[in-house]
Amino acid sequence: MNQINDRSRDIGEFVPAEDDDMIICRCEEITKGEIRQAVHDGMFTLTEIRRYLRTGMGLCQGQTCSKLVKGIVARELGVSPAELEPATSRAPMRPTEMRILGNEVED
Amino acid sequence: MKRFDLIIVGAGPSGLSAAIEAAKRGLEVVVFDENDKPGGQLFKQIHKFFGSKEHKAKVRGFKIGQDLLKEADEAGVKVVLNATVCGMYQDKEITVRYNDAIHHYKGDAIIIATGASENMVTFPGWTLPGVIGAGAAQTMMNLHGVKPGNKILMLGSGNVGLVVSFQLLQCGCEVVGLVDAAPRVGGYGVHAAKVARTGVPFYLSHTIVKAEGEDHVTGVTIAEVDSGFNFIPGTEKHFDVDTICLAVGLSPMSQLLKMAGCQMEDNPKRGGQVPICDECGRTSIPGVFVAGDVSGIEEASSAMIEGRMAGIAAAEYLGYMEKSELDENLASLNEALDGLRLGMFAPKNRGKMIEATEEGIPISTNLLKKGYVADDEIERFPGVVRKAGIHPVIECTQNIPCNPCQDACPKKCIKIGANITTLPAVDETAECVGCGMCVASCSGQAIFLVDETYEEGYASITMPYEFLPLPQAGDKGIALGRDGQKVCDAEVIGVKSSPAFDKTHLLTMKVPSEYVMKARFFKRV
Amino acid sequence: MGTRIEEHPILGKQEKGRMVKFFYDGKELTGYEGEPIAAALKAAGVMAHRYTKKDHKPRGIFCAIGRCTDCVMVVNGKPNVRTCVTPLEEGMQVQTQYGVSDKPFEEQ
Repeated sequence: MNQINDRSRDIGEFVPAEDDDMIICRCEEITKGEIRQAVHDGMFTLTEIRRYLRTGMGLCQGQTCSKLVKGIVARELGVSPAELEPATSRAPMRPTEMRILGNEVED
Repeated sequence: MKRFDLIIVGAGPSGLSAAIEAAKRGLEVVVFDENDKPGGQLFKQIHKFFGSKEHKAKVRGFKIGQDLLKEADEAGVKVVLNATVCGMYQDKEITVRYNDAIHHYKGDAIIIATGASENMVTFPGWTLPGVIGAGAAQTMMNLHGVKPGNKILMLGSGNVGLVVSFQLLQCGCEVVGLVDAAPRVGGYGVHAAKVARTGVPFYLSHTIVKAEGEDHVTGVTIAEVDSGFNFIPGTEKHFDVDTICLAVGLSPMSQLLKMAGCQMEDNPKRGGQVPICDECGRTSIPGVFVAGDVSGIEEASSAMIEGRMAGIAAAEYLGYMEKSELDENLASLNEALDGLRLGMFAPKNRGKMIEATEEGIPISTNLLKKGYVADDEIERFPGVVRKAGIHPVIECTQNIPCNPCQDACPKKCIKIGANITTLPAVDETAECVGCGMCVASCSGQAIFLVDETYEEGYASITMPYEFLPLPQAGDKGIALGRDGQKVCDAEVIGVKSSPAFDKTHLLTMKVPSEYVMKARFFKRV
Repeated sequence: MGTRIEEHPILGKQEKGRMVKFFYDGKELTGYEGEPIAAALKAAGVMAHRYTKKDHKPRGIFCAIGRCTDCVMVVNGKPNVRTCVTPLEEGMQVQTQYGVSDKPFEEQ
């Protein structure tokens, strides 16, 4: 466990901000305020944020927002974005319908 | 499961270059690309590239793309389009989605050349239709022949923002302003200058407050920011626009590498999450290589060289080439790559404030703040000389690795020398014949021919011109200065076009003699 | 809004093939066969491609290369079709997407 995942660390209270209603994840319509609040709810890693809020789990699979979410979480935790482990990358990299995903062919 | 010697993901400049080198060495190569056309972003690049003659300088990006496709075809490279690699697993196995099915393949080696994706910034209204990425603008206008909008505000003064602004002007859009939160223009000064002289205002230390509109963008408000990037109240400026274009950087698209278990690092100098790799793209997994923007954001010319390096490294890894031959090949490619990574904008200088050129001349502060060199700054640069008769004026004021102008002049009027980043100088002893080859050869559109004694009381100025409709001799209008503001009345006295100029027309206008060092663009009225 | 570029100073006149009819929310429009649906809509001045599920906000072309999925619409009855990378076909039914439906929210 690294220092970032240390939940006993005090990151202070959630302080509402003027731009909390700004949409960050365009697909799932998650706002900056929701992401900041999630950090204060104890979601310190990008994987947790993703599962908790569904940021980056919509149609585009985080193409647009992953860097933005990372920046917001890092700021809330008071660390550099470079220190945050990115969320897990897993297949399929692009949205794929189940009928295609289930259609494995040999060639 | 079908096996290939080498699987390449991405048919852009680096992926195709890698495929060509590997196929030439006898490997069975397949390239998968999710798009319906190969070439990556090259076919959207309609400007002439910088660099040396040996590396396709002054050739337009889409032409480089055509040449690369032809070379790949001749080398026997198999490119599968509309094929999305959606997973990469242990032992170099990948899954590919195409024809509505998932296919599994194994490569004895894999080169990931997936390129980059655009960064975005948020502001109120950023999700409105009409707010688009700069890449989207390029795609719409240069691939699909549709204007992205009519009145456009550009955010971002890096090379992408500057180049796309110029392309928007070329397809007939109005660019109301070029905005950047940074205090200085990020891209090449020559790219900025060619946009500024058409009359596009630059707003450095400004950013977007909000996009306006209910169903789509109808306007935008920008404001000045302080050094902490906080808005300064009272500095708001409003523009009626239908489109806001975002050009705020790129991030490597490296997810497949992370999925496969390559060692990664977050390296802001390379644009974000990148694989740890050596000079020829070897990652921490033997047999998995990377090339191009996925391993660090640069540009197409270096991506093509990196691709060639990864291609031959993969050939050597699979035993198709001796180590000694590899080293020999790598040495010359490395030299070429080093040649591109020189000058003020080299990766090693990123984030550094450079105050003087290699020659010791102070950099134009006006260029960095407003996008053009001020009239009282221009004459300190070695390409800018005054003399009787016709002669070139080279407004190239930053050290960038580029030298086509030197060879373009049949009379040897232009000197750069062996160091490719040296500012071009005019040899005043050589006799200019006014052929205009230098004007057309300059990728930065920074060379003008002036005849200070064209006729009694008048001077002539020849400039590169890439807009439609093309003015004709006899057309009357106004001459604009480097700042895009009216300098004086002007009359077109000639327009030269030639296949050798490659779509850059040479427009010559006549202005009163006293404006010879001020007038730099012609506008019809 | 957006209009077609008749002649480009560098690219010249683009060869775009056959002009075909298609339907946008029931209204007949024309576009070039094989060009992305989004290009044909842009040329016809259409800005909003869909309205979002939660906030009912308009979205349109954003990345134009099939990554961001903001330009999805209901095409031939199928929702979530990326119009920027889907080629236009004659007679195609292209409909504004509300959430994941072709019916406006008040009718859902």
